[in-house]
Amino acid sequence: MKAFTKHTGLVVAMDRANVDTDQIIPKQFLKRIERTGFGEFLFWDWAKLDDGSTDPEFELNRPEAAGASVLLARRNFGCGSSREHAPWALEDYGFRVIIAPSFADIFYNNCFKNGMLPIRLSEEMVDDLFARAAQHDSYQLTANLEDCTLSDAHSLSVSFEVEPFRQNCLLNGLDDIGLTLEHEDKITAYEAAHSK
Amino acid sequence: MPTAANPPRTLFEKLWDNHIVYAEEGRQTILYIDLHLVHEVTSAQAFEGLRLANRPVRCPAKTVATADHNIPTTDRSLPIVDVISKLQIDTLRNNCQQFDITHYDLNDPRQGIVHVIGPELGYTQPGMTIVCGDSHTSTHGAFGALAFGIGTSEVEHVLATQTLLQVKPQTLELRVDGTLRPGVTAKDLVLYLIGKITTDGGTGYCVEYTGEAIRALSMENRMTVCNMSIEGGARAGMIAPDETTFEYLRGRQFVPKDYESAVERWRQLPTDDNAKYDKSLKFQAADIAPQVTWGTNPGLVVSVNDCVPKPSDYSDATEQKTAASALEYMGLTGGERITDIQLDRVFIGSCTNARIEDLRAAADIARGHKVSEHVQAMIVPGSGLVKQQAEAEGLDRVFKEAGFDWREAGCSMCLAMNPDKLSPGERCASTSNRNFEGRQGKGGRTHLVSPAMAAAAAIAGHFVDIRDWK
Repeated sequence: MKAFTKHTGLVVAMDRANVDTDQIIPKQFLKRIERTGFGEFLFWDWAKLDDGSTDPEFELNRPEAAGASVLLARRNFGCGSSREHAPWALEDYGFRVIIAPSFADIFYNNCFKNGMLPIRLSEEMVDDLFARAAQHDSYQLTANLEDCTLSDAHSLSVSFEVEPFRQNCLLNGLDDIGLTLEHEDKITAYEAAHSK
Repeated sequence: MPTAANPPRTLFEKLWDNHIVYAEEGRQTILYIDLHLVHEVTSAQAFEGLRLANRPVRCPAKTVATADHNIPTTDRSLPIVDVISKLQIDTLRNNCQQFDITHYDLNDPRQGIVHVIGPELGYTQPGMTIVCGDSHTSTHGAFGALAFGIGTSEVEHVLATQTLLQVKPQTLELRVDGTLRPGVTAKDLVLYLIGKITTDGGTGYCVEYTGEAIRALSMENRMTVCNMSIEGGARAGMIAPDETTFEYLRGRQFVPKDYESAVERWRQLPTDDNAKYDKSLKFQAADIAPQVTWGTNPGLVVSVNDCVPKPSDYSDATEQKTAASALEYMGLTGGERITDIQLDRVFIGSCTNARIEDLRAAADIARGHKVSEHVQAMIVPGSGLVKQQAEAEGLDRVFKEAGFDWREAGCSMCLAMNPDKLSPGERCASTSNRNFEGRQGKGGRTHLVSPAMAAAAAIAGHFVDIRDWK
């Protein structure tokens, strides 16, 4: 798994609640059997006009969003389908950090498996970040997973919470399967005890 | 029996405790998985990961596969036209062969939607942990199993280790007292609950549905309720096993050989008296009317006899924005009577509502009527066995005579990965679980309803209050 320690990047604000994984990566792109190359399909139905051309109004298509790697979103981001294609597409597009008041459980979990950091902050704090992103041109945020802080160049510094186990796995890019297999003897013992 | 040393526990806590392989402060629990269901869309990359790391599937016998999401529902003897879809379906078949996993292929009568065939074949049993790379895995919680959807990295983890790393969720009791009124179904009940708790009300929780109205539900109706737990944000929803559960499973192909001993074990599972949930919410069954969603998430729902809300009906700014955007997408202005909404398409199917009882309910409405001239309606059974049963009962003839299209089993227009989809602007009454933008086809407009409401809407050409149906 890809490690994450600290990241500074351009922020793009997506002022919509309940962004579901069907929007993040629509179903027609789930037919592929690869794990890579989903970035070009990210938010396809929102990013494209009916004739297939790029919609210049869509948040990610605006010139000021070019190169963004921090996504600022509203509550319940990533709800719906369990498709890991959603974090694959976000990561492949270039996002490393997603900030929202809340995330759907499966999506939140899937982000960590792909070297992306989802950060939960209060509604008020997220409102403040939306205001800052609107106020400052080329607004950037720095997420530091070592001390769990989020900061900008305008004297903002807030801490966020990440469960220590996930923090450690992401900081070190640990392979979950490898970690679990360190306890293979316990799996075998469990199976022996329950194979009646 | 609970004692001072063994305090009363909920159903969830018993299942959790029973499946701990390894727990240590400061790390996620390694939880044993009893049954892993696999389908074509979320598994290819997981199998590829195993190959790259040279890892075997730890327990092929606890893994069951079928193709359901991305398959045609038309004549199965014809080749699959979409080459990318065909490759995905072939890949599942090849992976199952390579790793020695049972696979219900397209020509097998037991093929079907993974959440329909698991229970139908008796793989799904009380007390189990069940996972699948699909968020509607919560369906299996209807049997008193701990069942939830996972991502593809976790699919690989389960294939390799037969376990998952998990954070213990909190417990949320949703209790529904009293009796559902005539015409009000399990689908209406769960849509009503999601409308009340909202689409993220269950986030971080495992839900247990309790109360008289839940106990009175058939097994298939319980599956409908648990299926949509994820639409309320809860990864898992469960109902304690009881005689209804045991009778449903008795005699099914893969239930334990010594069935009576298994039932005795399962009787220990229900939540103990005085066990505490982290949160409890209570509802009255009598308050629930047939439900119709009007927006672009399942929580945007009203009773059939209500009007579509306006953004100004909401106080919160984000909710107003959500409502305005949903209305625009749905081609509604707010204030319309639900029963005035005209339809182009009707879809009866999906892991929520494509079991035999759902088809019977739809057929009871359709019998002797004709689908409205301006509506195209299709019925997609949840499995080959459901289809066989429906045909044995003559339901297919009822549907065909009424003008419904009768299809082969699969997920079909619930997510429209296959050729079954809405065209832009088409409005559909659907028995599925998600009304997200574009879910049933780009620009398509989905209203979620029960099977009886969908069938009645197909015939009338607009929504009708099923309680007034003659």
